[in-house]
Amino acid sequence: MTENHTALYGEHEKAGASFTDFGGWQMPLKYSSELAEHHAVRNAAGLFDLSHMGEVWVSGPDAAAFLDYALAGKLSAVAVGKAKYSLICNADGGIIDDLISYRRSDEKYLVVPNAGNAATVAGLLAERAAGFDVEVKDVSAETSLIAVQGPNAEAILLTLVPAEQHSLVTELKYYAAVDVTINGQELLLARTGYTGEDGFEIYIPNADAAALWQILLTNGQDQGLIPAGLASRDSLRLEAGMPLYGNELSVTGHAYSAGLGPVVSLAKESDFVGKAALAAIKEAGEGSTTGRKLVGLKGLGRRSARGHYPVLKDGATIGEVTSGQPSPTLGYPVAMAYVDVAHAEPGTLLDVDLRGKAEAFEVVALPFYKRQK
Amino acid sequence: MSKVAPELKYSAEHEWIAADGAGPSTIGVSAVAADALGDIVYVDLPEVGSTVTAGEACGEIESTKSVSDLYSPVTGEVSEVNTAAVEDPAVINSDPYGAGWLFKVAVESEGPLLSADEYAAANGGEL
Repeated sequence: MTENHTALYGEHEKAGASFTDFGGWQMPLKYSSELAEHHAVRNAAGLFDLSHMGEVWVSGPDAAAFLDYALAGKLSAVAVGKAKYSLICNADGGIIDDLISYRRSDEKYLVVPNAGNAATVAGLLAERAAGFDVEVKDVSAETSLIAVQGPNAEAILLTLVPAEQHSLVTELKYYAAVDVTINGQELLLARTGYTGEDGFEIYIPNADAAALWQILLTNGQDQGLIPAGLASRDSLRLEAGMPLYGNELSVTGHAYSAGLGPVVSLAKESDFVGKAALAAIKEAGEGSTTGRKLVGLKGLGRRSARGHYPVLKDGATIGEVTSGQPSPTLGYPVAMAYVDVAHAEPGTLLDVDLRGKAEAFEVVALPFYKRQK
Repeated sequence: MSKVAPELKYSAEHEWIAADGAGPSTIGVSAVAADALGDIVYVDLPEVGSTVTAGEACGEIESTKSVSDLYSPVTGEVSEVNTAAVEDPAVINSDPYGAGWLFKVAVESEGPLLSADEYAAANGGEL
């Protein structure tokens, strides 16, 4: 597999990161302690390199109509300046990727797929654009993405934004984006994240990424900002009950089992790829009255469930864990799992086969952790 | 680079053992293993009085990111376990060769052990 490096690779090396392969990229797993990085994001702030994520611009008179066709959500209904979480599905309703789309103008959207799926998504968007008056432009290779996440993220960001633009940042709503001057450069700033905390994501050309990374670290020092790797990103998103493509979401799964039914707009007038299949899946009651459903599991002991471990009821396998680990914030094991709908009610007691030994878990509502607002 | 304590012997499974003369030997995991696991949050140790067998799993060590079996590098009866490490497993990361020791065994026989030099060379550790 090709080992791609982000424009910030040198910064991570300098900071003593240990690296891991993720979606074909060499990414920082952690810098010092993943627990310290996790707690920093919950209590102060963490700095993430997300440059492995894809960025695809969709522009032209048919941009909204095209995304209504290409994605499962109703992107034409998104107001300029706002963002929407959506899915790109195949004709069978299988999930090719989950992604966020930012509407930047009437005729312009920025679509952000996951790292490992970026090329596939960009290719599919180009393919599905046939017959629409749109241009699909994949700028993943030249775009870096830096996230500042945590309760102190706003204060840190404001140190780099001119005073007359502070209100653009402070008034920016969750799942919205704005063009703002950061460190003397006009950049796209989004109030989005994958941690369950307040936070921002900044899109920046590769050439300028290292300078912004450095000044964020410097300015954030007093606010407790530290660089945070993918290990803490994973524990943070799991506590926040957010699915990870490849774990909870896959091309053989679908939105209704994954608890993402509301993301699918069967009501939109236009056709979209996967619509007929998803309508049939919903009609059949998949994920509600039949089949399996994604649930949260809380460990009643100290040992953690991990991906692919069998979930048991009275010794019989009724599900499979997709992600699991000890929750650093809550202090007990948490996991997500697909289980038969008959055993998916919160409060249900189940076992997870932890390497040959059954350990008790309770079905709980997601998310495990919700920040105080 | 992870530290390898020069005065200890090591198993290929990353346990270290300190022979304390006539008394029971002390066993722990190397800094190489502790660093690779990440922040350790749970450790399951053999019971005092139980017999452990060289090369066989006798417990487990769990970090936020992964879990790994704990192997005994020797055969013999467990005479003591480090309850402080069970209570606060972070000590295994912060002081793997000292306060983060795991259990003591009255050794009957040793499994295959490596010198600190050999172990460091095989695992990219630093003496």
